[in-house]
Amino acid sequence: MENQVLLSVKNLKKYYEISQGMFKEKIVVRAVDDVNFTVMKGETFALVGESGCGKSTTGRAILRLTEPTDGEVIFNGTNLALLPYEKMRSLRKHMQMVFQDPYASLNPKKSIRQILMEPLKVHSKFDKKESLQKVISILQIVGLSEYHLDRYPHEFSGGQRQRIGIARAMILQPDFIIADEPVSALDVSVQSQVINLMLELQKEFGLTYLFISHDLSVIQHMTDRVAVMYLGKIVEIAKTEDLFNNPKHPYTQALLSAVPITHPKEKKERIILKGDVPSPANPPSGCTFHPRCPFAMEICKSELPDQARFEEGHTVNCHLYSQNKEEINYAISHS
Amino acid sequence: MLDFIIKRLIQVVVVVLLALTVVFFLIRLSGDPTALFLPPDASREQIEEYREMLGFDRPIYIQYGEFMVNAVQGDFGQSLRSKEDALPLVLSRLPATFQLAISALILSLLIAIPLGVLSAYKRNSVFDRISVALTVLGQAVPSFWLGLILIYFFAAQLNILPSGGAGSIVHLILPMITLAAYSVARFTRFTRSTMLDVLRKDYIRTAKASGVPTIRLVGRYALKNSLIPIITLVALDLGTLLGGAVITEVVFAWPGVGRLLMQSLMNRDFPIVLAGVFIVALIYAVINFIADILYAYVNPQIRVK
Ligand SMILES: Nc1ncnc2c1ncn2[C@@H]1O[C@H](COP(=O)(O)OP(=O)(O)OP(=O)(O)O)[C@@H](O)[C@H]1O
Ligand code: SF4
Ligand SMILES: [Mg+2]
Repeated sequence: MENQVLLSVKNLKKYYEISQGMFKEKIVVRAVDDVNFTVMKGETFALVGESGCGKSTTGRAILRLTEPTDGEVIFNGTNLALLPYEKMRSLRKHMQMVFQDPYASLNPKKSIRQILMEPLKVHSKFDKKESLQKVISILQIVGLSEYHLDRYPHEFSGGQRQRIGIARAMILQPDFIIADEPVSALDVSVQSQVINLMLELQKEFGLTYLFISHDLSVIQHMTDRVAVMYLGKIVEIAKTEDLFNNPKHPYTQALLSAVPITHPKEKKERIILKGDVPSPANPPSGCTFHPRCPFAMEICKSELPDQARFEEGHTVNCHLYSQNKEEINYAISHS
Repeated sequence: MLDFIIKRLIQVVVVVLLALTVVFFLIRLSGDPTALFLPPDASREQIEEYREMLGFDRPIYIQYGEFMVNAVQGDFGQSLRSKEDALPLVLSRLPATFQLAISALILSLLIAIPLGVLSAYKRNSVFDRISVALTVLGQAVPSFWLGLILIYFFAAQLNILPSGGAGSIVHLILPMITLAAYSVARFTRFTRSTMLDVLRKDYIRTAKASGVPTIRLVGRYALKNSLIPIITLVALDLGTLLGGAVITEVVFAWPGVGRLLMQSLMNRDFPIVLAGVFIVALIYAVINFIADILYAYVNPQIRVK
């Protein structure tokens, strides 16, 4: 089971065209711009980055909740991006999404029974009686009960609603769940309950998660590997532990420096980035991080950095390392 | 729910009584009508006698009290001109107004909802742009002008439709279109924007994520959730539609309450004006009342409260 690729995302792009009226040129927002990563079966892969860097769009484009502009999404050997509508629709039972806002993601006009029955009905998995059994058992699994069946979403608390959202995603017994900031809308006290529920479910059903978040402490706590996103691109991928112990990309270093220190002896200087995140409609040339990067060099302004690879699948897109690599290569080839 | 209904019913009564009160005083402030009904050479005594006969000589608050007491019993007096009973006269014109307003409403819903849904679904397409442009136009054009233009083309030039009057379906066509134009535009825009809102909602995404087919997503899920705001708007607009009917009725000589009200106002035939206002206000308040109940019915969030 280990080391088997479940999902592989290649050169994924999602551009939004925004028209500004009839005679003006359209603005192109590069929400996701050439994203590559793979997710292994059974792991929890995190996507982290500041607001607006394209995390949600990446998640949605993978599931084709929004049509990708370009790229491949290979899930269990099938390229989802090329799949005809009907095929995609029936494949959806294998991959589900838990959304950020448990208030908005449940249809307010439907009772919990209807909400949970719907996926079963759509994929006609079971007959009516079996479906109800299934619904009741999933409710119990997420910590609710049969007694809640005929309530409406607004009668529940945020945490309970997110449990319902998770139940809904789980009911088709998917292999893969994209959780888009599943706890960020919840009270801190409720967050850990929901996270623990997700971890238990993963253990029990062998789920694979793509976990989207901007909360580094949650990521440190529950994920196996992390990809750091900045302005629609992935700048660093590493095992969670490696990333937290040894962040290589200047942006990752800055992000991590903002996390509160857990060991009082540890000394950390907070790196304050200059300026704001630029707009994805008008990204800087070269390395898009260069206007804010404390280590920016001349080459960073004009050339997009290649991926530099380190041990254990740690990859970084930054000229600091690609230059080193060249030097190393040079040294090797001349020795 | 019963509490809610009773509360809203009381509001209906208050609204109607208030409307009557305001109109009663406004109309009295504009002077008394006796001069209009008597020959120009009538003597002072004759005028005084006439005023006395109609009760206009007494203090206004007494007149008001008497009017209200009679009004709540359904007695609005008689036309100053024809001596017909005011309320039955107004009521006899009601079916014509309803016919016009309801056919215009049905026409606009039949056009606007599919148009709005398609526009939203195909957002930014050529179809959407044309429909948006048309709705802007539809809302901007004043109905009396549209009415006259339609009369010019279809009645005067092409001579295929009557320019006014009533009696058959053919007579209904032009006034119905005139009255519907504004609502079509308004409902289309509103349906489009509500649908766009709903289609952007996470729960539509949730449904899509679990594999609900697009047609059902748009036609059932999104439309169903858009229906509440649409119903509310339609209900609120029914009042406007009835108001618009007044002008349309005048342009097309449609024999409804609107035309009667207008004529009576010109003639200062107060009892009919007040009976007309009573009926229009009552209908308006009752429509909103029904809209509220319906709204509560389709929206479980309100029902629980
Ligand atoms: N439908 C859309 N039309 C145009 N631009 C969009 C659309 N959806 C997202 N964007 C833009 O794409 C960029 C990425 O948005 P996205 O929602 O993926 O970011 P995010 O990383 O999930 O942020 P957050 O943490 O706020 O959820 C943003 O600049 C956003 O404004
Ligand atoms: S490529 Fe240059 S600008 Fe970009 S992160 Fe590395 S050093 Fe900074
Ligand atoms: Mg997001």
